[in-house]
Amino acid sequence: MERKIRVLIAKPGLDGHDRGAKVVARALRDAGFEVIYTGLHQTPEQIVSTAVQEDVDAIGLSCLSGAHMTLFPRVVELLRERGADDIIVSGGGIVPEEDVPKLKTAGIAAVFGPGTPLKDIVEFHKKALRKR
Amino acid sequence: MSEKEARERRRWETETYKRACAQSQERKKRFMTTSSVDVGALYTPDEKFDYLSKLGFPGEFPYTRGVHPTMYRGRLWTMRQFSGFGTAEETNRRYKYLLEHGETGLSVAFDYPTLYGHDSDDPRAVGEFGKCGVAISSLRDMGILFGGISMKGVSTSMTINGPAAIVWGFYLAAAEKQGAKLSQLRGTIQNDILKEYIAQKSYIFPPHPSMRLIVDTFEFGSRSVPQWNTISISGYHIREAGSTAVQELAFTVGDGLAYVDAAMERGLRIDDFAPRLSFFFNAHNDLFEEIAKYRAARRIWAKEMKSRGAKSPRSLLLRFHTQTAGCSLTAQQPENNIVRTTIQALAAVLGGTQSLHTNSMDEALALPSEKAVKIALRTQQIIAHESGAANTIDPLGGSYYVEWMTDYMEEQAYKYFDRVAALGGVIPAIEKGFFQQEIANAAYQYQKEIESGERQVIGVNAHCEKDKPDIPLLKMDPRGEARQFARLKKIRRERDKAKWTKALADLEKAAEGEKNVMPLILDAVKADATLGEVCDVFRKVYGEYREPSLY
Repeated sequence: MERKIRVLIAKPGLDGHDRGAKVVARALRDAGFEVIYTGLHQTPEQIVSTAVQEDVDAIGLSCLSGAHMTLFPRVVELLRERGADDIIVSGGGIVPEEDVPKLKTAGIAAVFGPGTPLKDIVEFHKKALRKR
Repeated sequence: MSEKEARERRRWETETYKRACAQSQERKKRFMTTSSVDVGALYTPDEKFDYLSKLGFPGEFPYTRGVHPTMYRGRLWTMRQFSGFGTAEETNRRYKYLLEHGETGLSVAFDYPTLYGHDSDDPRAVGEFGKCGVAISSLRDMGILFGGISMKGVSTSMTINGPAAIVWGFYLAAAEKQGAKLSQLRGTIQNDILKEYIAQKSYIFPPHPSMRLIVDTFEFGSRSVPQWNTISISGYHIREAGSTAVQELAFTVGDGLAYVDAAMERGLRIDDFAPRLSFFFNAHNDLFEEIAKYRAARRIWAKEMKSRGAKSPRSLLLRFHTQTAGCSLTAQQPENNIVRTTIQALAAVLGGTQSLHTNSMDEALALPSEKAVKIALRTQQIIAHESGAANTIDPLGGSYYVEWMTDYMEEQAYKYFDRVAALGGVIPAIEKGFFQQEIANAAYQYQKEIESGERQVIGVNAHCEKDKPDIPLLKMDPRGEARQFARLKKIRRERDKAKWTKALADLEKAAEGEKNVMPLILDAVKADATLGEVCDVFRKVYGEYREPSLY
């Protein structure tokens, strides 16, 4: 049997807004991915160790508190340190336009702002992970 | 509806309406509210409708038409913009700006570390300083936040829950330093932990000790700060998390009744604390559904409080604050949000709110800029003084549609009350993830309706534009965090160690026992114990809550 693509949906930091993370988790599950949801209040360290332990293909980070510029790049950095930087990291939340290029430079593959259609998020993961 | 009217109604349906539909189809197969409730083509008088029992008169049972006899003819609602960012100094300037432009009450937004009871320099606070509210770690911060603002002259609402008792302690102590008496202070602490577990998720301690802290604040407030609302039972965050209007209504009023029952179990008399309970609802886009929700909430509350033995009319009143729906704002074409907010604010006013926050157009992108928040405040002033909505009481009372919707909401809310009771009550239902799952289901359905195009959101899936939004966003002082760290260091260095140690030890003893903790919290904050230190005492005694991670 073919192994399903595994995605970790994670909530870094203290932010409690979990509506978007849960909706995205369900949409990916309904699209045939295997989804693991970390729950709230995860440190970047916790997220990376879950990702490594669960052997995921991608991580989707959600943050609506404005702390994305600190927390998102930290996850990528820790993945590199653990030699797990083949894991594709994307992010979503209240991210001002001017932060998007900075996040991409830091290694966040895609940023999904408010109003992003779910099918775009699904397509992104299908495309990015097809190559493997 | 008389027999003749009913007959005529059937005739209209089968002849006139059907014929028109046959000639040209209606725009959609299904018409529905924002909460996916089916809406009929026409509502007509209901023959069973009993005016006196369903509506009555403003300021009288069952308060469907309003809690005050004169409503806005006597006094307008309080215009209260939820606001806070960066340091206490920056937010203090914003408060003065808003008051200068005609705001009539203050509302404090705290940053995440404060909401979770951490000091700004705690390692768990990394990246969050001042980001979605103001950072308040000490009595000194609170003093700066209200510098030059008379705390006995203004009413202040504080959105704080897990550490509500402590932050309230900062406020009370800061007001005393200004020379105010506790009995003069007016305002609200949100202090609604049940909806934190259900939706907002800024909880700290497990449910039972949290309920104990809340009842302590009820008791202390009714004795010492009699004009203070010691809780704001909130549906706002439940709705933002994706619930329907009915779920918002049912879960919020259900939470309110759970607090009443907890306080009565402690032996408090219902008429001693119930008059200080207040509520907080969302205002989403569907004008009529929202108006019906507020009217149904007042009716249910009055009936339920009466059945619990309340005698004072003030105990029966569901007084509420409203905030327009943040979750309805779009990052695309942000100027359109001004229009959405106007419709939502109008719903709140037509629904009889006691105070109102209007969101700013840029809030799907960042915290509001000065200009954006001024437009939001002006929106309320235009509704108050130009729209005519404040001229008469409950202007939509008697609308066949609104009355049908009000009854529908009430009926559905009672169905939820029964389901929660069957699970053993609110706290067991939280522990089983019942509310969380119901909300997640509703949020997913709403999103799927957008994806399929069944629901149109202008700028998002209809009338889209390629251009990225081009509006100036708020910039915070990048040196604020360092200043705050330095201030905390100084406080820890300069305070009276002996006094501080004793205050925290006494507090720990009280937390382990039965004694009301509020006076000891006041002693601790006056001894310059920081927010994180006081919360750590409670964390040590009560432990921390972890939620079931369902999606």
